[in-house]
Amino acid sequence: MIRRILATAHVEFRIALRNRWVAIAIALMVVFSLVLSAAGSAPTGQLGVDALSVTVASLTSLSVYLVPLVALLMSFDAVAGEVERGTLPLLLTYPAGRAELLAGKGLAHLSVLSLAVVAGYGAAAVAAFWTDPGAAEGLPALWRLTWTSVLLGATFLGAGYALSALSRRPSGAAGLAVGLWLGLIVLYDLGLLAAVVADKGGSFTEHVFPRLLLANPADAFRLFNLASAQATAAAAGVGGAAATLPLWQSALSIFLWPVAALALAVTAFRRVTP
Amino acid sequence: MTPILTISHLTKRFDGVAALTDLSVSVAAGERVALLGHNGAGKSTLMKIILGLIPATEGSVTVCGAAPGSAEARDQVAYLPENAAFHPALTGLEQITHYLRLRGQDPAVATGLLDRVGLGHAARRRIGTYSKGMRQRVGLAQALIGRPRLMVLDEPTSGLDPVSRRDFYTLLDGMAADGTAILLSSHALTEVEARTDRILILSKGRLMATGSMADLRRAADLPVQMHLTAINGYATDIAAALPAAIRTGADLRLTCTQGEKLDLLARITDLRPKLADVEIVPPSLEDIYTHYSKRDGQ
Repeated sequence: MIRRILATAHVEFRIALRNRWVAIAIALMVVFSLVLSAAGSAPTGQLGVDALSVTVASLTSLSVYLVPLVALLMSFDAVAGEVERGTLPLLLTYPAGRAELLAGKGLAHLSVLSLAVVAGYGAAAVAAFWTDPGAAEGLPALWRLTWTSVLLGATFLGAGYALSALSRRPSGAAGLAVGLWLGLIVLYDLGLLAAVVADKGGSFTEHVFPRLLLANPADAFRLFNLASAQATAAAAGVGGAAATLPLWQSALSIFLWPVAALALAVTAFRRVTP
Repeated sequence: MTPILTISHLTKRFDGVAALTDLSVSVAAGERVALLGHNGAGKSTLMKIILGLIPATEGSVTVCGAAPGSAEARDQVAYLPENAAFHPALTGLEQITHYLRLRGQDPAVATGLLDRVGLGHAARRRIGTYSKGMRQRVGLAQALIGRPRLMVLDEPTSGLDPVSRRDFYTLLDGMAADGTAILLSSHALTEVEARTDRILILSKGRLMATGSMADLRRAADLPVQMHLTAINGYATDIAAALPAAIRTGADLRLTCTQGEKLDLLARITDLRPKLADVEIVPPSLEDIYTHYSKRDGQ
């Protein structure tokens, strides 16, 4: 089983290389990270924290948009593309099971994403060390950001596979992926903000709002990184809410979501008739 | 000998519309069976059920003693889809290496497999640059992996030139001689006649006929045509001796049933001194195929 998953991962990684996905993902993460760290290095003096911690806070806000986007872009074609190319029926007559096929694709795509995340954050870290010799203080926060970004990516890869299997056409899957990104990353927070403003500090803000933040993998990611970082004050938005929730809850959400998303993807893929 | 593939009383309906009706067939080890039928006769549906890609509505299918699509069956069955498609970004060698790994075989034999199907020279080119015939050969190469006990080939020779077709059937003969059961669908009746042991004719999801080409020819009992060429001046005599003949100049045409054939030949032999030539035209494969596929009152 492991051998077949690795074989699929191997070939999928090669396809990602050929399709320039590896280059695109790395370039995207590096460029955005460097731009943010350049823009974010200004307030260091006033806050009295090291440059890397400030960079991590900025990178958290960046990754919450970029990592899910890159993950969805890489995954939406996974099943629908095989259906459209006509390669799926043959593949499904091979001894590899459907869960194994998805696991192999996931492994390859997650490697690409991890490479991009490490390259981007690495570049930002180098820039931080260059401007502030005391940046080593921020290293634990950077490490936390790195592995949570990979898990966030895994969640959205799984979601992308599920959408790909549900729509069975690449164009439909792309539309669903963009919709999911807009919904979970942009509109979800806007909706919560509107609800909190309307509630004026009532029971919604006290009890329901934190749960809803945990229920969204992107918000859980943001909560976890901002709550555990020393630079909470440097970030706006959900930072305030982060203080009220115990760290283990957002960590649990971060760990559970990839599992749930991949399980959903396998279930959806099993229902595809070639 | 236990059959490799057993299908009994198989029925498949899509949303209440019957695609296959009460079909029973078995294929033994080393047997080459051709599946003939119009477009939409149910050939591909039957193959997909055998491969476990879609479930049967009623009836049972056993592949190598296991359920179709089970891990055990997939281990022993090779498939060549009608339009073999692969990822265009991979080279032929990478694609076959991948398939070998998925089947748990030694990836090093990929080059040998590509050589066997005549693709050795293009092994390191991307499949996106291949012609349809070359893609078909990649499909064939992957179907040869790991000595399958059953090969299911959907129109395997479409897109191949006549020489490649002959090479392809030679490969199949070798596989069958080693005990692989082969089920292939085709539109090319002439190649199927010479290269398969048994023919199944499918029409509107029903099995209309099964047997060797000779069996089918006999059972169809289609009329035989004879073309006689008279020696100069004797055409009138022959026309008088054989009143059923239609005469055009020195040529005469006769039609008779299979049962009358020998008697008629005896009478023709009596006319030997007056005849320049006799040609016997058996019913063509197309005639026989049409006969069986239209039996359903079409």
